[in-house]
Amino acid sequence: MTDITPESVLRLHDRVSVRPEPFGALLYHFGTRRLSFLKSPSLLAVVDALGEDRTVADALSIADVPDAQRPAMIRAITTLRDSEMLVEVAA
Amino acid sequence: MSTTVLDRPAPAPRLIDHFESGLNSPICLTWELTYACNLSCIHCLSASGRRDPRELSTDECKAVIDELQRMQVFYVNIGGGEPTVRSDFWEIVDYATSHDIGVKFSTNGVRITSELAEKLAANDYVDIQISMDGATAEVNDAIRGPGSFDLAIRALERLSAAGMTRLKLSVVCTRTNIGQLDQFKEIADLYGAQLRLTRLRPAGRGADSWHDLKPTQEQQRELYQWLLAHGEEVLTGDSFFHLSALGGSLPGLNLCGAGRVVCLIDPVGDVYACPFAIHEEFLAGNIRGEGGFGEVWRESELFTRLRAPQTGGACKSCAFFDTCRGGCMAAKFFTGLPLDGPDPECVRGFGEDALADSTAERPKPSGDHSHLTSPPRPRAVRLTLEMQRPTGPPVAACDASPLAGMQMN
Repeated sequence: MTDITPESVLRLHDRVSVRPEPFGALLYHFGTRRLSFLKSPSLLAVVDALGEDRTVADALSIADVPDAQRPAMIRAITTLRDSEMLVEVAA
Repeated sequence: MSTTVLDRPAPAPRLIDHFESGLNSPICLTWELTYACNLSCIHCLSASGRRDPRELSTDECKAVIDELQRMQVFYVNIGGGEPTVRSDFWEIVDYATSHDIGVKFSTNGVRITSELAEKLAANDYVDIQISMDGATAEVNDAIRGPGSFDLAIRALERLSAAGMTRLKLSVVCTRTNIGQLDQFKEIADLYGAQLRLTRLRPAGRGADSWHDLKPTQEQQRELYQWLLAHGEEVLTGDSFFHLSALGGSLPGLNLCGAGRVVCLIDPVGDVYACPFAIHEEFLAGNIRGEGGFGEVWRESELFTRLRAPQTGGACKSCAFFDTCRGGCMAAKFFTGLPLDGPDPECVRGFGEDALADSTAERPKPSGDHSHLTSPPRPRAVRLTLEMQRPTGPPVAACDASPLAGMQMN
């Protein structure tokens, strides 16, 4: 799989449901039957901001993620892509 | 199975701390649809057998599903009793899966015809667990009753033939079957099923059979090693976190989720803290109340109490408290142990000591739907009725005295 970069474009998998929780959110993938925990409201904001017409960098800006946290966010997005919660859209 | 996506390695509260204080909605929920069952397993958690006449109607079940959909409960684990004996079972399953609720249901296989197997295989939101408590008929049927092994195998064959891929073989680990773990795995592999192992709990009829069926300390170690060796390919429903004290943590949340991330709705709509705690002590409310299930989940006094920080009691000083967390609340309760002390099956032996010292009486079950003839009782002595030929003239009506016809010596 390719590396996720600020230029990558991703969207939520069609079969993933997102439920906000006090700590962030719970994601459930109806296809793989896997749960994921978004352990911060800001990561949830990033996931919400991702979409077909935006790059990861756009989403990070919309979610007001400080520069210092961006590498960690990109790692989290990579993990979500690897578990098929997010799918990459061909640029 | 779960993954944790961390924001960053900051000293934020751990996920487990959030779970302990409860979630907006349960992660998953067990829903026993009926207490009716064709079997009488000696370890049945819900002491099932006879249908409860107050059972939720089809419409009430659909209203529950509507509410779970609003609360974004992702899936329900449907059980019983034997859920498939409800005549509206498939209607309820279809309703749930068409309302964004996945269904995982447990069955002994009794109603799995080839036709239904096809239908189930075609519904991608349905997972099926076939219960089996022995890898041979001899071991299985001693626990689940005569013919139940064949019933389970027949269901596995039909589902597998229909192309059902989301199939699980569900085993409660006991003293008589821990030696068969490899055989269970072979059976599961044969039918393309995933093996799921869970812990025997002293709830329901299990309260009476637990002592004889619970694994020995030696078997606990065998089971633990086996689970470590098989990792995430074997499911456990997070059953065995009390075994963490034998070494490293097993895959899973490793926490008692009762009232925090899980709960149980029983056939009459009562909401209990967990599937192993069907007792009035752990009854949070009923979904027939005005606020429905949501209010019980969010506001019940019991759940609020369970989500408050726990003291850890006698276990607090144990080096393994962080992973074992005192074990299973229901196992302690039904064996008469204090809830803030060790689990009766504590791998360091503190539970056995506590049981030996305990003078407390074990709590009486507060609901029992067992068949009135189970566990099977000795059959009545066979009688042959014979007519005695009158040896004399019939007793005259006017002689109708209690002593009429008696020969007095």
